[in-house]
Amino acid sequence: MIQEETFDVTVIGAGAAGLAAAAVTAAAGKTTIVIDREDRPGGILRQCIHNGFGLRYFKEELTGPEYAEQAAEKAEKAGANLRLGATVLDMKKEPDGTLLLLVLSPGDGVRKIRSLAVILAMGCRERNRGNLAIPGSRPAGVFTAGAAQKLLNMEGILPGKKAVIVGSGDIGLIMARRLRWSGIKVEAVVEIMPYPAGLTRNIVQCLNDFGIPLYLEHSVVNILGRERVEGVEVAPLKDGIPQTERKFHIDCDTVLFSVGLIPENELSSSVGVALNPSTGGPLVDSGYETGVPGIFAAGNVLHVHDLVDFVSEEAEHAAQMVIRRLNGETAPGGTFPVKVESNLKYVVPNRCRNGQDTRFAFRSLIVTNDAELEAEQNGKIIWKRHYNYIRPAEMIIVDLKAEQLKEEGELTFRLKKGEKI
Amino acid sequence: MKKELICIRCPIGCRLSAEWKGDFEELNISGNRCPRGAEYAKQELRDPRRIVTAVVPCNSVLQPCIPVRTDRELPKHLIDRLLNILYRSRVEIPVRKGDIFIENFENSNANVIFSSTITR
Amino acid sequence: MTYDVAIIGAGVTGASSAWHLSRYQLKAVLLERWADVCFGVSKANSGIIHGGFHHPVSTLKARLEIRGNLMFERLQHELGFPFKRTGILVVAFSEEEMSTVHKLYEQGIRNGVRDLEMCGRDRLLQLEEKLNPEVVGGFFAPGGGTIEPYRYVFSLVEAARRNDVDLKCNFEVAGADRQENTWLIRSANGEEVRARYVVNAAGLFADRVSRIFGAEEFTIHPRKGEEYLLDRNSPARPQRVIFPVPTEHSKGVLVIPTAEGTTMIGPTADPVENKLDTTTSADNMKRILAHVRNMVNGISPRDLITSFAGLRPVMDNEDFYIALSEKAPDFVQAAGIQSPGLTASPAIGEYVKELLKSAGLPLLEKVHIVSELAPRHEIRHEPIEEMERLHREDPAWTHIICRCEKISEAEIVEAVRKGHTTLDGVKFYTRAGMGRCQGGFCSAKIMKIISRETGIPMEKLTKKGGKSRLAVGRLGDLKVETNQKTSEA
Repeated sequence: MIQEETFDVTVIGAGAAGLAAAAVTAAAGKTTIVIDREDRPGGILRQCIHNGFGLRYFKEELTGPEYAEQAAEKAEKAGANLRLGATVLDMKKEPDGTLLLLVLSPGDGVRKIRSLAVILAMGCRERNRGNLAIPGSRPAGVFTAGAAQKLLNMEGILPGKKAVIVGSGDIGLIMARRLRWSGIKVEAVVEIMPYPAGLTRNIVQCLNDFGIPLYLEHSVVNILGRERVEGVEVAPLKDGIPQTERKFHIDCDTVLFSVGLIPENELSSSVGVALNPSTGGPLVDSGYETGVPGIFAAGNVLHVHDLVDFVSEEAEHAAQMVIRRLNGETAPGGTFPVKVESNLKYVVPNRCRNGQDTRFAFRSLIVTNDAELEAEQNGKIIWKRHYNYIRPAEMIIVDLKAEQLKEEGELTFRLKKGEKI
Repeated sequence: MKKELICIRCPIGCRLSAEWKGDFEELNISGNRCPRGAEYAKQELRDPRRIVTAVVPCNSVLQPCIPVRTDRELPKHLIDRLLNILYRSRVEIPVRKGDIFIENFENSNANVIFSSTITR
Repeated sequence: MTYDVAIIGAGVTGASSAWHLSRYQLKAVLLERWADVCFGVSKANSGIIHGGFHHPVSTLKARLEIRGNLMFERLQHELGFPFKRTGILVVAFSEEEMSTVHKLYEQGIRNGVRDLEMCGRDRLLQLEEKLNPEVVGGFFAPGGGTIEPYRYVFSLVEAARRNDVDLKCNFEVAGADRQENTWLIRSANGEEVRARYVVNAAGLFADRVSRIFGAEEFTIHPRKGEEYLLDRNSPARPQRVIFPVPTEHSKGVLVIPTAEGTTMIGPTADPVENKLDTTTSADNMKRILAHVRNMVNGISPRDLITSFAGLRPVMDNEDFYIALSEKAPDFVQAAGIQSPGLTASPAIGEYVKELLKSAGLPLLEKVHIVSELAPRHEIRHEPIEEMERLHREDPAWTHIICRCEKISEAEIVEAVRKGHTTLDGVKFYTRAGMGRCQGGFCSAKIMKIISRETGIPMEKLTKKGGKSRLAVGRLGDLKVETNQKTSEA
């Protein structure tokens, strides 16, 4: 017989989101289990050995491993059970409304875990060379930035001697510095957009500090080498099309890809959770509940964040909503839809309820230093704010109070570009 | 002397222009939207410092390396020296997060501390 | 020692020949130039079991294709590789294309293929709901299907080895001498093997091997095929293999529901000069997408997880060349095995065996042979009770290493212990790293397991043998010299 265990709340993933959520539900007296594949809690934070985390959430500047350890301590002190080295193979909704997970681990074998609520906190994966179908050969020496980070920071293995980084996302920038600090040359960072995808402080401290060239509006059009990478060909872009007649060669033995993150929702989809094509994450209401009652989502599995502190905060909000649901204080689903138009890529949540404090997260499609974000409901502008700094790399967060959301009716946010550049 | 910098004290990233004579005398900063920009440029030009993070090989059965950091910013010119020493060191576990690994590196007042707890 | 037979090339042709010969009282050896078996032509192809209607029965390849096709149920039972008779649909989108459909259908009937069915639009849409509804007509070949080619070759080699066939990888034939009625074969790195008979199953390099043995002069022309793989959650995955009407040089660009759940689109068919040129190109990706989006609904570049290219070894006359050499003694040519070589392979192995027999190789059946491989456990396919039992046997069975394809540590250990010690070798044996993250999460874990099992330090492991090192050293091996400048705009 397969052993079955029962908890009030199951959290899938012991990264920043899962640990923060579990700390809240466990502290509220809800029996909580956190399931994670790795042998230690913390998720990807454990390989992010650089500093810059935690100023908001822990009120001190921490490295990834420190943030991970503090978040795990907080969850464990609150009474959450950590089930490590364990993989959720299957999830289904039972006729009685409970959620049943099939979990495999070398420690416990095959287990069924039943709970009243599940918080999805699986994070995201890196988009890779194959997703982009970058042409060329398939030699050794092609890594995603995160995979190279894991080899270097967790195993102490040098992935190469001379690298080119594709994409200027934060992981790629952080890895540029890490490679240089490991004795590895970095020949270039190649970005298809006319502006960097990562934060300015990372451009300054990870590229400019080392004199690493950043090629904006350029694309890698060929990877060379049969056994090990021998170089790449890079071409400038015009209207998004590589100008191959102007391509040039860069000698390298390593190519790292830092070209975006994809929320990891295959498990969510398998149980019927509907996804938002703009985020890759579940469609949720303002209680972070997905379309499947009892299943909540927070952190990078919901939408990709740029600061881990916001991940932890979002997961705490979600956990508070889980507690209210378990206590019978709320019903699932929002009463009206939330939409974005003009210059905004997405909004989370996708439905919300009037008379309830709600956090909205947005991502801009434009770069501007003069913009107004406004919210319209029933033909009236119910809220607006001026911004003098908007970048796609940085999430916009807006907290609206219950009294600002008094009415029902579709809520539309738009970002209006001002006169200044 | 002239030099261009990008301020990183906040996300706006002001483009700063610094001009000076001799050994940073008559240092004049422009392009900053707030006083923090001038402070940043002065510090960055006169005495650039960075927090340094790295991993050091260790004898744990769980993981071959343990992450470390400096507990304050280290003068930039000392970074290479510190890293080359760290990679050639070996940590004997157990260690706790916050324990000092190297004290007052090269009289910089910066200690190297562990940023993870490893007990086996 | 002197082997009775040396087979040059451990791709599907060599492996099938070895499996057929392994039933007899003789000693055979497989010589493979790459680090693992199935690392050449047989690795990178469409994985189709063809339906026997594409080529006229006057060709050797058609005759062997038709016979080979019928042998797969038994082989699957014996060897346990992923194979499914999904059926093949050849579809036309114009009346002009329909005339080719009619010709192919009639060729199939003449070739003796059973159960071919001409279909109108409605019948096609009933057979395959993912088809573009603008389809005009076509036919259905229920005998076609899909297979995991590398798993098939691995299991052929494994079964042959269980029956005493030797395998030497990293053995690139560089020279051969005839001494006292035996062949002395030398490798590029100085190894020597003696054998009475030699089978040339060297794929792209069969022309060179033929020359080394003083046998017939011919040229193998590499013809490249690029393939693109879609996530197993792609809404485009059809039930059946979808073929367009063929062109002169290829069977066209297909939509393939692979035997393990992903969807593959391709291949192209372009002649290339270099026999090691397996590069892919942006133009061909666009060409392939344009072709298949016209045939099947729901194909999106967003679902791409990887791409690869393979080379078909093509003879001047486009046919297989399987014959006893008329110039070199005791030398069997098995060259030009392009499509439908995978389908024909069971019959090719048999044919090669018969040729050796006709050249005087005595074939006495062994008293004891291992005729079936024990079924391989794969945690993703096991019922819960079996997962539990496997866990009690070894907890590594419930330790999932590859999250995308759900591959356990035990499966990876098994691959390494069976000799697959490169990252690609483990990947093709187990599927670990073949899913949507393409090894982003699991490569380091797999490297650790290979290192632990083989004693090779992690930084010395390779992707696919030779100089394909995955890392260059350990932290501290390179001196840090950043010569750090101050920030510059």
